[in-house]
Amino acid sequence: MNNLAILPIILPLLASVIVAFIPKKLNIVRKLSQIFTVVFLIIVGYIFWKVFANGPITLQGGGWDAPFGITFIADYLSILLVLTTYIIATAAVFYAPYSLSDKQEMFYFYTFFFLLISGISGAFLTGDLFNLFVFFEVLLMASYGLIVLGNGKVQLRESLKYVLINVFSSMLFVTTVAFIYSLVGTLNMAHIAERVEAVPAEQQGILTAVGILLFFVFAVKAAIFPLYYWLPNSYVVPNPVVSALFGALLTKVGIYSIFRVYTLIFVQDTGITHQLFIWLAMLTMIFGVIGALSTNNVKLIITYNIIPAIGFILMGIGLYSEEGLAGSTYYLIHDMIIKAALFLLIGALVVAAGTKDLSKMSGVIQRFPLLGWLFFIGSLVLAGIPPFSGFIGKLLLLQGSLGQGEVLLTIIALLSSLLILLSMMRIFVRGFWGEKMEGMTTNPRKVHALTIPAVFLIALSIFLGVCAEYVLPYVETISNYLLDRTEYISSVLKG
Amino acid sequence: MEIIMIILASILFATAVYNLLQKQFLRIIIGTALLSHGAHLFILTMGKLKRGAPPVLDEGVANYADPLPQALILTSIVISFGVTSLLLVLAYRAYKLNKTDNMEELRGAENE
Repeated sequence: MNNLAILPIILPLLASVIVAFIPKKLNIVRKLSQIFTVVFLIIVGYIFWKVFANGPITLQGGGWDAPFGITFIADYLSILLVLTTYIIATAAVFYAPYSLSDKQEMFYFYTFFFLLISGISGAFLTGDLFNLFVFFEVLLMASYGLIVLGNGKVQLRESLKYVLINVFSSMLFVTTVAFIYSLVGTLNMAHIAERVEAVPAEQQGILTAVGILLFFVFAVKAAIFPLYYWLPNSYVVPNPVVSALFGALLTKVGIYSIFRVYTLIFVQDTGITHQLFIWLAMLTMIFGVIGALSTNNVKLIITYNIIPAIGFILMGIGLYSEEGLAGSTYYLIHDMIIKAALFLLIGALVVAAGTKDLSKMSGVIQRFPLLGWLFFIGSLVLAGIPPFSGFIGKLLLLQGSLGQGEVLLTIIALLSSLLILLSMMRIFVRGFWGEKMEGMTTNPRKVHALTIPAVFLIALSIFLGVCAEYVLPYVETISNYLLDRTEYISSVLKG
Repeated sequence: MEIIMIILASILFATAVYNLLQKQFLRIIIGTALLSHGAHLFILTMGKLKRGAPPVLDEGVANYADPLPQALILTSIVISFGVTSLLLVLAYRAYKLNKTDNMEELRGAENE
């Protein structure tokens, strides 16, 4: 049954090849992609259940025992994230036909889409540091394809910058991998974790330096202060469905890597590394939220809101306690779902109002009440108003930070939540309320079709918050598992 | 030997960063290519340069070259080759549509 661990990577890869053969037959491709995604979601759900019932599933590539073969490991954290990825993919695949033009869909949208899912699942499931780099490249290649979809002037301009920053950070990643290899002589993450304990005391400083270098590689991907400057422009130019996939999934792969590496490998000098995370988390929250308040472009507001969320997740990793890690895990899942939902809703709003500029918008709720109220609930969820899911995550994080006496961090986190709410309420008050505007869409059915997939995500998000007592045990399992490294190491290196 | 290789890699890194900071598309792309060369050379050096038998485990073989860095570099070369060709196509299209190859002129306006 070990082969289950690789299914979330292989299946979308096969699907991407299949749909690449018939790019022009849109009706078939759409139906096929929708069926594939739903079936994959069910399979991943089964693997999820299996992992939580029987413990992590480990697959050694080619039958070579670790550390010689490449390891794939579906543990509690990674399979939960893979499941969330597939949930978002399902919403996106039903949204895409209404959001993209036929020409864009024919330009292999579904092929890139499945490749992206495959790369993201691979990055979550791999147990090898170099393999993580390879899967980063797989998902980045797919994202390069998606970001230029439509071939617009602005898109090409911004995608060039996006590709360049990612190429640079990938090369830094390779360099860091070389450093780690020279220090410990292995690239299997469990094996590295075992060997860093044996590194002599005079080399511990080098290890910490390499750890921070690796952090900066992941920080570029995750958009952490001061390396978030590339994010707003490149996430705002593509089609809403692509933005939703990017905003919900790509930065989260970076933060997942930080999760994995700084709970498993670099934990010997938390006074330097994890304290650095706390400071950067504060700055990330502040600057992200200032960005969100600075613009009138509705899509840019949501895009900027990705950044403080990353700050919240980083905060829990920096605290490195049971509550902090549980809060981060919960917040990570919550944020993936709600960001996807909000990007999809903003796409519908832009179609409904016919403009991205908030100052030209008003009274959209009078014609599209469902869209308006969904957006309202989404804003409350994002800001962390009880009883929604953002509240539970923030509560755990704040409990953790107060428990460790990080008062400044707590105050900044609370303040930035308030400002997030303000930035979202600006869209609601100015865009949805007020006089009914001129020039609203003549095609209300399209707006309704765009709203439905978001209903699914918002409902899930409400479930996460209202039924928190069913979700919390899972999250606590994960945080205990992350704090105790022996289970990961022994499940990879048992042979 | 390792020292010389590291100096060479650092020269490659330095020229790569210099080229990345230029304004012309082509220079930037050459910068990324040089950067990947520097990184690959660096991996090779980090696996310790040894003279000796190939990495075939046989009786009496004690001094063999480390095969893992070579495998890593091969993977990484293929990836950077693909990315470079994509960048060239992208830069060409961006040049055709925006009518400029100067990064300075591609900052973009507010609220597009």
